Amino acid sequence: MIANRQVDYSHFTRRAADGAATMDVVVDGIHCGGCIGRIERSLKDIEGLTEARLNFSNRRLTLTWNDPNFDPGDAIRILERMGYNANPFRLASNEESEIAQSKFLMRCLAVSGFAAMNIMLLSVSVWSGNVTDITPETRDLFHWLSAAIALPAAAYAGQPFFRSAWNALKARHTNMDVPISIGILLALGLSLFETIHSAEHAYFDSAIMLIFFLLCGRVLDQMMRRRTRAVAGNLAALKSDTAFRLMDNGELAQVPAAALRVGDRILVRAGERIAADGVVVSGHAHLDESLITGETRPDKVREGRQVYAGSINLDGALTVRVTAAGENTFLDDIDRLLDKAVVARSRYVKLSDRIASYYAPVVHAMAALTFIGWMLAGQSTHVAIVTAITVLIITCPCALALAIPAVQVVAASALFRAGVFLSAGDAIERLAEADVAVFDKTGTLTLPEPHVINAADIDAGVLALAGQIALSSRHPLASAIARQQPGAQPLDGVTEEYGRGVRVLVEGIEARLGSPSFCAVDVPADLLSRHLGASLICFRHGEREAVFIIHQALRPDAVETVRELKQLGIDVRILSGDRTEAVEPIAKSLGVTNWRAGLTPADKVALVEEWKRDGRKVLMVGDGLNDAPSLAAASVSISPITAADLSQAQADAVFLGKSLTPVLSTVQAARRARSIMRQNLWLAIVYNAIAIPIAIAGLVTPLIAAVAMSGSSILVTVNALRARLPRKSGFDKDSEIALPVTPAVRPT
Amino acid sequence: MNVLVYLVPMALGLGLTGLAAFLWSLRSGQYEDLEGAALRILQDDDLPEGKPKDDASAG
Repeated sequence: MIANRQVDYSHFTRRAADGAATMDVVVDGIHCGGCIGRIERSLKDIEGLTEARLNFSNRRLTLTWNDPNFDPGDAIRILERMGYNANPFRLASNEESEIAQSKFLMRCLAVSGFAAMNIMLLSVSVWSGNVTDITPETRDLFHWLSAAIALPAAAYAGQPFFRSAWNALKARHTNMDVPISIGILLALGLSLFETIHSAEHAYFDSAIMLIFFLLCGRVLDQMMRRRTRAVAGNLAALKSDTAFRLMDNGELAQVPAAALRVGDRILVRAGERIAADGVVVSGHAHLDESLITGETRPDKVREGRQVYAGSINLDGALTVRVTAAGENTFLDDIDRLLDKAVVARSRYVKLSDRIASYYAPVVHAMAALTFIGWMLAGQSTHVAIVTAITVLIITCPCALALAIPAVQVVAASALFRAGVFLSAGDAIERLAEADVAVFDKTGTLTLPEPHVINAADIDAGVLALAGQIALSSRHPLASAIARQQPGAQPLDGVTEEYGRGVRVLVEGIEARLGSPSFCAVDVPADLLSRHLGASLICFRHGEREAVFIIHQALRPDAVETVRELKQLGIDVRILSGDRTEAVEPIAKSLGVTNWRAGLTPADKVALVEEWKRDGRKVLMVGDGLNDAPSLAAASVSISPITAADLSQAQADAVFLGKSLTPVLSTVQAARRARSIMRQNLWLAIVYNAIAIPIAIAGLVTPLIAAVAMSGSSILVTVNALRARLPRKSGFDKDSEIALPVTPAVRPT
Repeated sequence: MNVLVYLVPMALGLGLTGLAAFLWSLRSGQYEDLEGAALRILQDDDLPEGKPKDDASAG
């Protein structure tokens, strides 16, 4: 009945001026090139659809149609029948601006590459002519031609640096782009001046090559970021929920959660996730709010209660009036805490900017001293100025500006292939510095779904039958039992009594699965005290009975990960919003002594801030909505992919898969990357230490400048390649298989 | 040195042609799906249906 109702896709549809409509669909389950043909051929014959084109790189299918009666749901149903998981998708505004930015950078790169090649052609002729028989007239012509190419090209392709430098100066601080821009402008200005005066040397090639090399670094960085954004967008689309909206005429319509508006009324049935924040209008039920508060004990709600997106309705049916929808879906006080925490985070100064603040004054002072020195030595003003400017040209921090981003790009792409997505390049620096790791319990140290922990003690026949019955229940605890029996077939005639259990006739005898009273099973009194924080589900079929103990299971490698983090010298702590009884056994089994339970989001932030004030660098690992502010407040943060959207948005890194090892591997990779960054900085400093005396002595010709600058840039870039993960990495193979919507992993 | 009169414009013209070609390909979305383009070339959907090409049967 409800399932057959049409889904409203208008939220995802874009209309062009000529009436054609397009919609993007994220397709999960594409593994090889054959899928391109299969998908496009199978959609070709749908009536009304003009084009279906699959982008294999980002796993997105674009549907185009003219027919106003066409229902994109047809295409999605065909895909689902073929075994692909397809979800409509709308480009987030941040991804859109990322795409525009990367196209602009590519254009800049093309222009500077063209200019660099042609100017080099002219420069090499001048250099070889200078030592043979070039006439001054020919040299002047070549210099003028170089100027004609270099000046417009630099004005266009230098924009990313000039803009960034201007913004930094306007905000009264300095970054790496300030000395870069000064170097480029001075090199061009000096060369133009020398060309006008028919001098022997011009530095157009150096200026343009500098722009070209730096743009290469920027483009790579941008491509990495764009790839991460695309994966994040796909995952969000696949996770997105639909909701049942109550229309004014009393009918139900299934709509994507993103299309809900404030004031809409939605129906939430047992077992469903609430799609938007709202107030309960009618009905009552128990809610699992662990994603929001970290508390695993169900909470009873009735009319007038505020409920939050992400809570799971365990029983009963609720009608909810939406009070906040789409991107505004979160608690007000969490929002307020977040604002504060994000400001605290932005105080972090990137390593490259810290260096820039020392580098620029030193280099500029050195150029000034060179000028004064040559004046005192009795040289002409012209010679003194030219020498001082060559000092600035040769010290233009090309290698220095590439030293850190190149390592970041290489390390981030290695982590990307291993299932860890970094949202910020400088996260690597902060990850490497972390000396305290704070874990949330529910969903982070433990798996997001509960598990049956005593399956081995239960008779196989009982387990099989219970698994079959559990398939028909929407209750989350029942699904834990159903997961024990993969491939089981559901039984016919199962009736569910909300809040109590399910029953069905098997071989003429009624079988029941549910609460102890519903199944008339006597639970041993000490069972709950032996399994703190566990939930019980009972089973009865005639004389056969069983008690399932269902518990939040630790992630399979949590103990090992915590132990190895400690070996790295990291202090591991637990901050949980759950009860003491539930946190204590987990902390004990992990060997963590410093743990706190029953914390509110504000408490968590306060503790994180306190540790930061003590000079500790805090790495926060959490998933719940209640963790979002502390994720933002911490020095650096990581979330599992199952985390609430808001928490993921605050995290510096997101990891896939069931295991916790990626946290450890990320820290290790970050520390390795930091040591390579330091090496690169030393390489850049050694280069300067050699080049500056030569420049001060006035011996730098354009040829030496070109060789030295490109040589040092290539050296640091090659060294950065070492930041790829070592072959024997600690990553779980699961996480690679679990990559659902990421670009294909090359077969090895 | 008269040779420069046509050599230099020729070199620049070739470079500009390459630049224009790159900018055009960027604008027309040629770089949107690099992996897909590499795989699409292997599809033989241009062959008439029902007559699969079978080189092995010839020998």
